[in-house]
Amino acid sequence: MADIQELQRIASQVRRDIIRQVYLCQRGHPGGSLGYAYIFVELYFEVMKHDPSFNMKAEGEDVFFLSNGHISPVWYSTLAHAGYFPVKELATFRNIDSRLQGHPTTHEGLPGVRIASGSLGQGVSAACGMAMAKKMNGDDRTVFVLTGDGEQQEGQIWEAALFAPHNKLDNLVLIIDDNGQQIDGPTEEVLRMGSFAKKYEAFGWDIMTMDGNDMVATVKTLKEAQAKRNGKPTCIVMKTEMGQGVDFMVGTHKWHGKAPNDEQTEIALAQLEETLGDF
Amino acid sequence: MLSLDKLQSTGKKATRDGFGAGLKAAGDQHDNVVMLTADLRGSMKSEDFITTYPDRFVQCGISEANMMGVAAGLATAGKIPMATTFANFATGRVYDQIRQSIAYSHKNVKICASHAGLTLGEDGATHQILEDIGMMRMLPGMTVINPADYNQTKAAVQAIANHYGPVYLRFGRPGWPIFIPEEQEFVIGKALHLNEGSDVTIFATGHLVWNAVEAARELEAEGISVDLINIHTIKPLDEAAVIASAKKTGAVVSCEEHNKYGGLGSAIAECLSKSLPTPQEYVATNDTFGESGKATELLEKYGLGVKDVVAAAKRVIARK
Repeated sequence: MADIQELQRIASQVRRDIIRQVYLCQRGHPGGSLGYAYIFVELYFEVMKHDPSFNMKAEGEDVFFLSNGHISPVWYSTLAHAGYFPVKELATFRNIDSRLQGHPTTHEGLPGVRIASGSLGQGVSAACGMAMAKKMNGDDRTVFVLTGDGEQQEGQIWEAALFAPHNKLDNLVLIIDDNGQQIDGPTEEVLRMGSFAKKYEAFGWDIMTMDGNDMVATVKTLKEAQAKRNGKPTCIVMKTEMGQGVDFMVGTHKWHGKAPNDEQTEIALAQLEETLGDF
Repeated sequence: MLSLDKLQSTGKKATRDGFGAGLKAAGDQHDNVVMLTADLRGSMKSEDFITTYPDRFVQCGISEANMMGVAAGLATAGKIPMATTFANFATGRVYDQIRQSIAYSHKNVKICASHAGLTLGEDGATHQILEDIGMMRMLPGMTVINPADYNQTKAAVQAIANHYGPVYLRFGRPGWPIFIPEEQEFVIGKALHLNEGSDVTIFATGHLVWNAVEAARELEAEGISVDLINIHTIKPLDEAAVIASAKKTGAVVSCEEHNKYGGLGSAIAECLSKSLPTPQEYVATNDTFGESGKATELLEKYGLGVKDVVAAAKRVIARK
């Protein structure tokens, strides 16, 4: 049984790290990153079997792929606290000579990252390849991949959406962050996506939904999806809100790619308890 | 040491048949070789591999972008994926997928592309890519190989399976003379000297190697001594071989089934311009798209025939 209080304490620190990373270099994507703090902490501290000493091939491990790479601050903070690299390295986010690139890459050898992402729509395909390799190898662990909802507008996503059920990749869990926002505004106005559940169901996926802000429910859903082996891949439609944890950043696309100033940072950090020590 | 008299055609087979044979051999040697295709298994001449190793064959349907990503994921897990389709769909259509998920992520993916260039023939310009070498050569860390015949393609497939890192392997559709000795070793990045000569160097890649051989015979018959070099690996270029030959002859011709921009000719010029500026003539398409027709007709029409190689050699000698 998950220690929800402990997970929430970690998530609070991750959110502080997000604000401080973006504030320090005055670049990055705080809004989406904040909204994802729970799911990252849940995956890395409760759900996935994984080894922070990092083996690229991930034999016998659950694997996480991030397709919408711009939310790198939340992933970096989570990986650091999970032991993949020193927490103090978060201070180098987006700096010259850093392993913490604006968008995650393998190029600088950052432990925990298995493929570059940033140009959208590519991560689900890579996750399919990893899931397929696990099937070939008789490795029964699960592959998770996260995409944004705006990202679902990319055509390659739907190629992968056909591929996974055709190949019975029931060890694949796609999580769509249905936060309803993208750079140019609400997804409903930019390019309406309609029902993800109906679309993926029609493509042959099992559908689950969860409220990304309800930690008890999300842990339960993720574990169910992880254990399920019925010949069908799983698509979890996750409702989150951008900016979760910082009142003036909640529910708006305005903080998609904008860094807070001194005063805003002070207000934001006052709302987020320092639980594990700042970097 | 090879020479013109040893380079005789022993029959015709397509380089794509060489791919199929090489893939089967690579599959026998490595149990982690996996073949992917985007609805073109027949065209890739790979039935031998597919029927022997059905569990290592991944049919992606007409979804090239997804195929490149799946290949990257398989490579992450330690497989050696060979992602196959026509050269046009293997490069231009999926450039960003290759760039981010394969090249930048340094995945051990082999992009195996058939039906490259004009010799695709009757399907016409939509499918006749003449820019792919340039695109792939620009990607940091990408190895680019364009073998000359069936035997060399077969050997190249086995070589790339033994090499770690992303590779673009380019081959073609038509039956083509087989003339590289079957036992000839294939070393990635090492030029293959086909004939020793002193008046002019001819560098050639892909199908055009055969035309260069035939042209060299004509030139030699006229008393012109030809240093003939097969550059099967365009990147990394065997710069030492290029410079040594240019130093000897003082005049070079590059021959390729590709646009004059970005391909073998550009690679040679980039090398020589910084080390040993040398007069150069290009046998390549002249910044144009192709059209429908028979392979040999198209090569003639677009200036890639034997007579074009001969003429280019004479032009460049006159510029010495």
